[in-house]
Amino acid sequence: MNASQYLPGFCFCTLIMILSFVSCDYQPYKQGRNLYNFYCATCHMDDGSGLRGLYPPLAGADYLANHQENLACIIRYGLADTILVNQKMYNYAMPGVEELNDVQITNVINYINHAWGNDLQHVKVEDIKNALTGCQKDQSSGAD
Amino acid sequence: MSKYLFFISLLTAGLLYSCSSKEEKFPLPGRHDIVDGKTVYSSRNAKLPVLGNRDTVDGKLVHHRISDFEFIDQDSNKITNQTFKDKIYVVDVFFTSCPTICPKVKKQMLRIYDKYRADDRVSLISHSIDTRRDSVPRLKDYANKLEIDSEKWHLVTGDKEKIYDMADEYFLVALEDPSAEGGYDHSGTVILVDQNRMVRAYANGLIPEQIDRFMEDMDRLLLDNSIPE
Repeated sequence: MNASQYLPGFCFCTLIMILSFVSCDYQPYKQGRNLYNFYCATCHMDDGSGLRGLYPPLAGADYLANHQENLACIIRYGLADTILVNQKMYNYAMPGVEELNDVQITNVINYINHAWGNDLQHVKVEDIKNALTGCQKDQSSGAD
Repeated sequence: MSKYLFFISLLTAGLLYSCSSKEEKFPLPGRHDIVDGKTVYSSRNAKLPVLGNRDTVDGKLVHHRISDFEFIDQDSNKITNQTFKDKIYVVDVFFTSCPTICPKVKKQMLRIYDKYRADDRVSLISHSIDTRRDSVPRLKDYANKLEIDSEKWHLVTGDKEKIYDMADEYFLVALEDPSAEGGYDHSGTVILVDQNRMVRAYANGLIPEQIDRFMEDMDRLLLDNSIPE
């Protein structure tokens, strides 16, 4: 057996891996992106920019970075509080998306944590399950 | 070895090719020609068509025109046809608690607002179709949050029947539907009305590329609002 006989095969596999990662606009959070575009982008927009003083941005938002542990609860049950995002007040209630399961919420968070130049943590479904035990439906009323 | 090289180059080519054809194209409404096998949208000098039914009265061609109206905007000001005298204006329908398409349409309306902000020949009007919840103070709050000038962009409410009749005149869908999210069903179309109350262009307010074209139509209308033969 000669190690060099595996060299072409090794090169081949490496090349395929590199190509599949870089050439096709590699998007590691596909389900998260699809769910985001369906449930969240109507207000937060496809590019995470939000809408002026009505709906806060998610791209480059300090609130997103500073409230990582609350995100799962906010996504599932909504948010009725007035919040401060990048020095701007927002007080339109956000409705929850209760049809998303724990795994889907994890995927959405991982997408928004890494989309549009965001570089926040990668969350695991166990973390999300834990976070969700800390919140209940009656904490917020959602949008009217 | 050369066999591997052959497969590698084949796969590389395949992968690169499969990535290159990802661009999504939306159809653009309206005027275009095929010149030398290429789609060419009408030149900047082309006149905008008048949309809607036309009739012949006493041997004269009569176009669809927006009838008299009276609504109340976010500053409690009366908004009538006189408000838009000698102006062209952009129209959409929405409601402030709309959980579906409205924010995206508003994002595009804001692009139009920003572009023509200093141009007094252009106005915008958004008709709320939710007379139950969208009071004047609520419209005011929404306008404040959109950070818009109420002289330029009117968010209006009024008599329910009249609002829905107006939507018909604009060729926009607006209806109460308890099964729809938020309780109302409506189109995300924006339309352009000229100085003579005629509808001259429209676009899907959810598609930025269509709004690009729509703004070109606005420029064209500002240059020439005459009616094509």
